[in-house]
Amino acid sequence: MIHATLKELTRALAVRELSSRELVSAYLDRIAAVNPTLNAFISVAERESALAAADAADAARAAGQAGLFTGIPLAHKDLFVTRQLPTTCGSKMLANFVSPYDATVVERCQAAGFINLGKTNMDEFAMGSTNESSYFGAVKNPWDVQAVPGGSSGGSAAAVAARMVPVATGTDTGGSIRQPAAFCGITGIKPTYGRVSRYGMVAYASSLDQGGPMAQTAEDCALLLNVMAGFDGRDSTSLDVAAEDFCRDLQQPLTGLKVGLPKEFFAAGLDGDVARVMDETVQQLKQLGCDIVEITLPKTELAIPAYYVIAPAEASSNLSRYDGVRYGHRAAEYRDLNDMYERTRAEGFGAEVKRRILVGTYVLSHGYYDAYYLQAQKIRRLIADDFQAAFAQCDVILGPVAPTPAWNLGEKADDPVQMYLADIYTLSVNLAGLPAMSVPAGLSVQQRPIGVQLIGNYQQEARLLNVAHQFQQVTDWHQRRPAI
Amino acid sequence: MSLSAADITRLARLARIGIEAGEVDAVANKLNNVFGLIEKMRAVDTTGVAPMSHPQPLGLRLRDDVVSVENQREAFLACAPQTEAGLYLVPRVIE
Amino acid sequence: MKWEVVIGLEVHAQLSTHSKIFSGASTAFGAEPNTQTAAVDIALPGVLPVMNRVALQKAIRFGLAIGAKINQTSVFARKNYFYPDLPKGYQISQLDLPIVEGGEITITVGEAEKTVRLTRAHLEEDAGKSLHEDFHGMTGIDLNRAGTPLLEIVSEPDMRSAAEAVAYARALHGLVTWLGICDGNMQEGSFRVDANVSVRPQGQEAFGTRREIKNLNSFRFLEQAINYEIQWQIETLEDGGRVQQATVLFDPDSGETRLMRTKEDAHDYRYFPDPDLLPMKISDQEVAAIQAELPELPSQMKARFVEQYAVSSYDAALLTANLEIARFFEAIVAEQVEGKLAANWLNGEFAARLNREEKTLADSPINPVRFALLLRRISDNTLSSKLAKQVFDAMWSSELSADDIIERDGLKQVSDVGAIEKLVEEAIAANPKAVEEFRAGKEKALNALAGQVMKASKGKANPAQVQEILRQKLA
Repeated sequence: MIHATLKELTRALAVRELSSRELVSAYLDRIAAVNPTLNAFISVAERESALAAADAADAARAAGQAGLFTGIPLAHKDLFVTRQLPTTCGSKMLANFVSPYDATVVERCQAAGFINLGKTNMDEFAMGSTNESSYFGAVKNPWDVQAVPGGSSGGSAAAVAARMVPVATGTDTGGSIRQPAAFCGITGIKPTYGRVSRYGMVAYASSLDQGGPMAQTAEDCALLLNVMAGFDGRDSTSLDVAAEDFCRDLQQPLTGLKVGLPKEFFAAGLDGDVARVMDETVQQLKQLGCDIVEITLPKTELAIPAYYVIAPAEASSNLSRYDGVRYGHRAAEYRDLNDMYERTRAEGFGAEVKRRILVGTYVLSHGYYDAYYLQAQKIRRLIADDFQAAFAQCDVILGPVAPTPAWNLGEKADDPVQMYLADIYTLSVNLAGLPAMSVPAGLSVQQRPIGVQLIGNYQQEARLLNVAHQFQQVTDWHQRRPAI
Repeated sequence: MSLSAADITRLARLARIGIEAGEVDAVANKLNNVFGLIEKMRAVDTTGVAPMSHPQPLGLRLRDDVVSVENQREAFLACAPQTEAGLYLVPRVIE
Repeated sequence: MKWEVVIGLEVHAQLSTHSKIFSGASTAFGAEPNTQTAAVDIALPGVLPVMNRVALQKAIRFGLAIGAKINQTSVFARKNYFYPDLPKGYQISQLDLPIVEGGEITITVGEAEKTVRLTRAHLEEDAGKSLHEDFHGMTGIDLNRAGTPLLEIVSEPDMRSAAEAVAYARALHGLVTWLGICDGNMQEGSFRVDANVSVRPQGQEAFGTRREIKNLNSFRFLEQAINYEIQWQIETLEDGGRVQQATVLFDPDSGETRLMRTKEDAHDYRYFPDPDLLPMKISDQEVAAIQAELPELPSQMKARFVEQYAVSSYDAALLTANLEIARFFEAIVAEQVEGKLAANWLNGEFAARLNREEKTLADSPINPVRFALLLRRISDNTLSSKLAKQVFDAMWSSELSADDIIERDGLKQVSDVGAIEKLVEEAIAANPKAVEEFRAGKEKALNALAGQVMKASKGKANPAQVQEILRQKLA
């Protein structure tokens, strides 16, 4: 039962093959069994309350009042604020914080009938690519507990991969949905910036952050995205566009679809296994009728410096609110107000968060703004323009998600620069605000999953999901699961 | 470019993050590595390029001037480390 | 050495909206602490700002009224600093592309007119309040005010005295209340003034080093603080000292300014465009719609008063100092009162009375219709101006009309020639010495005789007629 896709669960519930109570109970058992090993959850719903919600869902279904998702479990990344469970952002700063309000995404999922089984572990304030910066300890990759699960949505990726929930929410600021999805062998989509409301999604870098679904299949992503996406008046950057059904194009054939391969994505530094998987994926897409065109995204390498200026700059400001006054950690002892601030923030934030705050503080400070922040914003424009030039030649772009499969825990933990370099293929998408997804497409010789990335033009999620779904009709990588 | 210990101390003060004297060099070292990565960007000629602050070139949506929230003081204050008489308490502010 | 004073003002005017600039919490003054805060105002994790349309419209209204440029693209920026009454650790404000740029305001100092140029006016959010009462040695934070919309109005350093600065602040205060964009309540902090003050030797072009006096909440304090600051700076320089760029606070009790911080420990605010708020795009149509709703402005009304009612430019300036007085004046003249007479009385007796009793026009016990009747009784010679003042006093403390009081107290002016002739003859008969002196060429003696007549009439004789008849009889 726990290996079923979201799509299968909706059918099974609709025809009463199983009840929400059975489902919730099975997933809670699964969480209890494997979470001690994987550490994918920071908090798990009380069994009593989750079962009560399941019973209510079953009653609603019996009364003919159920929606498609009524009574189906999910998990939220621990930066979507919830009243029901604490919201920690993987930080000591918010270790005991319970939000007095629910995020828009949380409300929408709840209104659709989903039952929240818990909050998933993450890199502290979503800053990281391995989940090792969490105050609550690293998440282990379900495929190999020596490996990192990726980050920052590593807890959500591991939870779906290990079938602790059928689907989970994640967020992606520089690859934080796509890269852990790739490392854990699941499917994830980062929608166009503005598709999913950021209200109640704790900010890391506001102009880059975007929520999205993480699931076994492209179809499940489409189903959950239908729930998550939508205009929200409480988010001034929310896209005010008509609601659409992201499932609508899943069955479209790919004949004649132009798939662009950016030559910069296949340059030196690409791991052999990843290169092989890319080749196989290209062949597969050709067989599906796609035309492959070579394109160029010449500013690809500049995405790293531009991102590591813009994201820390916004973060340095976004994280100023954690000052020990209105919520969160406050140092126990201090001499005066400034000392309280400095100790509170020194104690409450981990090393990577502090590093990014300091970088962000520097690039915005007097005399450096033009050379760093403004220059990064100009390069951001050049990167976005590159994509538009590319989309004049192709319908979707295909490339790797990361240069390598998941590496070992601890391998890059002490070297931020090595970690940042591994983000090379995902960052530019956030800078441009485009939709992109990660689709399981192979395994490394070490039996670690490898994902491929599909990038679309603005608001072309349905097309990306169509390509991924068709790919998943002729491959079974998304059905493989870890032994755990 | 290379950040000195004094730079780190200044930044830490601006960001209100206490750094022990013994940690400053290690922090400077790591930040300098990061800036090594960032510096590559500075050589790019961006003359005439308009900076991009937002992913999409839209204008700000405005809301109507309506009072739409209720008093939630008790729920909010419940999150705070120290309160009294409906106020958040902080170490004395001296002007 | 002769010194020239240079002053520029930064005024924070709270825009009168129902809800806050970026949240749906109420802006009403005086609520219990922290009861008017939305999640956005206390900066809970995950919250986002959504801009209030009316705050923008009011800012544009101001810009149009001062003939400024309205930027078609206007950007919010974050000003980063830590302070307990600033929940996000940054204030949403504007740096590049403020909503309003340029413009000017004409002020009247004494009889002279002067134009003060404005640099800019930008939208921003207010901070909360720190309460320094003793909470076991700690400070209490009330965030009710956090997020109240402000228009920060920055002038060029065009003022050359405290009097000019006060005249400018008053003109600005009059304008923002006139436009209905700010309630102008200075006690409640709706209109707060920062003054940048420097001095330089007369004739020198370069500005001296300025000090900024923060948060002045009355015109009197503004004047006192600037005058103290000018004196302090001149004395410092004349003693061979140097003025350091600094921010100072004015202490109303001592009448002195004291150092708050110097430039060395000034903040590095790390401004950058707020990623949570897209640029505001303002169309020509929106601006035109606000322009169309703009009321007649003080400067336009002033010109019209001079033209239409033949009042002096000085009087017209006083009558258009705020919308209340202007409306009061127009309501009086609408009751068939001559403009000049109404202006004299409003700017004279009436203003003095309000001032003496520390009342505002809104508290006046005499409404325009009652006032108009009194003034008509002067025009039709029922009352001399002396008697009119007596009637005015009686009206102030009762609800009776001027006619009722004239009737009750028998104050009707006597203009009957026969009656006055009789009194004049009596006075001539009773004061032969004065008569002799007058005839010997001593003009003043006539006044003594006239005084006798007025006295005998209990002040009711028409003074002009008394003079005339006296001259006839003594000719």
